Amino acid sequence: MFEMIIPAFIVGGLICVIGQLFMDLTKVSVTPAHVLVTFVTGGAILGALGWYQPLVKIAGAGATVPLSGFGYNLAKGAMEAVGKRGLIGAFSGGVEATAVGIAAAVLFGYGVAILFNPKG
Amino acid sequence: MRILVKKVLRPPTIGLSPMEYQALSKQISPKPTVVKNSIRAFFVGGLICMIGQIIINLFRLGGLTFPEASAATSAVLIFLGALLTGLGVYDHIARFAGAGSIVPITGFANSIVAPALEFKREGYVLGVGARLFQIAGPVLVYGIVTSIIVGLIFFLLH
Amino acid sequence: MNSRKVGNQTVIYVNQPVILSSYSIVGPMEGKGPLGKTFDLVWTDSLNGEKSWELAESKMLQNAMQGALNKSGIPEAEIDYILTGDLLNQIMASNFAARALALPFIGLYGACSTMALGIAVGSMFLDGGFAQNILVGVSSHHDSAERQFRLPTEHGSQRAMSAQWTVTGAGSLVLAREGSGPRITAATIGRVLDYGGKDVNNMGAAMAPAVADTMVNHFQDLNRKPKDYDLIISGDLGTYGLALAHKVLRQSGVDIGREYTDCGTMIYNPDQDVHAGASGCACSAVVLAGDIIQRLKSGELKRVLLVGSGSLHSPTSALQGQSIPGIGHAVVIEA
Repeated sequence: MFEMIIPAFIVGGLICVIGQLFMDLTKVSVTPAHVLVTFVTGGAILGALGWYQPLVKIAGAGATVPLSGFGYNLAKGAMEAVGKRGLIGAFSGGVEATAVGIAAAVLFGYGVAILFNPKG
Repeated sequence: MRILVKKVLRPPTIGLSPMEYQALSKQISPKPTVVKNSIRAFFVGGLICMIGQIIINLFRLGGLTFPEASAATSAVLIFLGALLTGLGVYDHIARFAGAGSIVPITGFANSIVAPALEFKREGYVLGVGARLFQIAGPVLVYGIVTSIIVGLIFFLLH
Repeated sequence: MNSRKVGNQTVIYVNQPVILSSYSIVGPMEGKGPLGKTFDLVWTDSLNGEKSWELAESKMLQNAMQGALNKSGIPEAEIDYILTGDLLNQIMASNFAARALALPFIGLYGACSTMALGIAVGSMFLDGGFAQNILVGVSSHHDSAERQFRLPTEHGSQRAMSAQWTVTGAGSLVLAREGSGPRITAATIGRVLDYGGKDVNNMGAAMAPAVADTMVNHFQDLNRKPKDYDLIISGDLGTYGLALAHKVLRQSGVDIGREYTDCGTMIYNPDQDVHAGASGCACSAVVLAGDIIQRLKSGELKRVLLVGSGSLHSPTSALQGQSIPGIGHAVVIEA
């Protein structure tokens, strides 16, 4: 139950530090939205180049929990689906591979927004 | 043509040009505490990933493959991030941890719930429904477009 | 013609209007700050039973105006105009508070300088004989401002070190041609200046040149020096904006010293984690309506220069990459 938690902690922490440096050292108009978009796109590109996979092997959740892991899964899904189904797979693969996350985000996001009120 | 900012002011005015003022302003304005922020981001971000790894391990003990366990873990973490946002806790965590709580998928959940919650008073369609994607929307747009381009390039190369 | 205008930008009031009464309401966080005891009312909850932050802000403004009216003893029917403003789109808080009072209404927008602007304009009406009694009010609310200008309140992010905390509060004054109280003796209307600051998390730096420009003109127009005032106080430049304004004024040949401070540095304790201090329309309004007027009445202060500072950007202009125009309006209040 506790295997790989140390590499997950270290790699996950380091990926977050990259995000922090991106916010603190670039221009002021960088918001959390920019950070999230950059990580998803970056993860997808690194995934396509085959550079993210080793990180997932070493660090498990340390690489899949940060949003770059979401991007990695999108790219990996698209490439695997192309391998199986050809051109149509480029369109279906990414969303298929991340469907659980997207559906969970919509459902839980909606549910919480309905049940709670902002506290300020 | 750029819209105007009057260059020459009727005197008297302040004894600095805009360029001199910006230099002074840069000198006086505070810098972000990068080292402190990074240490906090490292520990909180690392901790969230560690919790993620424990959940993955539990799912794998339950018989799921790594990709399945990883997807299920995302769903659990999204639930937790959404719940902590609803309880009004997540914004306090983020004030402390910065990117440590923005970059993990719990931060993605926070970015979905926070606007939906805030704009609920504007109705369930244009408030909750539309605002749910205020930040998640761009993330999905750029993520999915990138994945399709990756898929297309992969298709052409093989 | 007996001109009341002197120099480039300043008016001197001949029939000096008086501040008959003042009333301030703040939210829980402001109530815990160093000025907590100077406010008339502290709300224990910033939503206070209303349906939204915006409606809570409007209610706060309405209650503050009602409070000032009650303290003045002037019947509602004898108020000739209400002059109010706030930060929300289309000054929603003001319009809805004015709807509750249903008196002749003039809406103002000077961003966070609106209290000083309202006093200057209202005093012109009174001095010119266009009114006997005027009700001035402004409001701001931390959560309604966050939601409009920055991020939803529950959104996790780190605030910049230069960021200021919008005051939840409302301040109101009854100004009159006759009666007793501190007098408004002069005002300097500011011009909109833009020195190229683009950082919406550093509004003190964006407004400091405009505030300094108004002060430079004020001193020249009236042939006065900073030492002629017991207190010079800008609206909401915050810690770093105030430091910048001090430097800018000295480099402009104004001999300014410790008599110059800023309302934004007074409302919160350092341990309240607000970074660069307070901001918002209510910032200068509640400091004036509470602390400053009390000190004028007690005789501690004789002559005060309040320079309201306004950052005239909008969320749209910021997203379109525009720099931030600033403004400063000055009013002289004497015991």
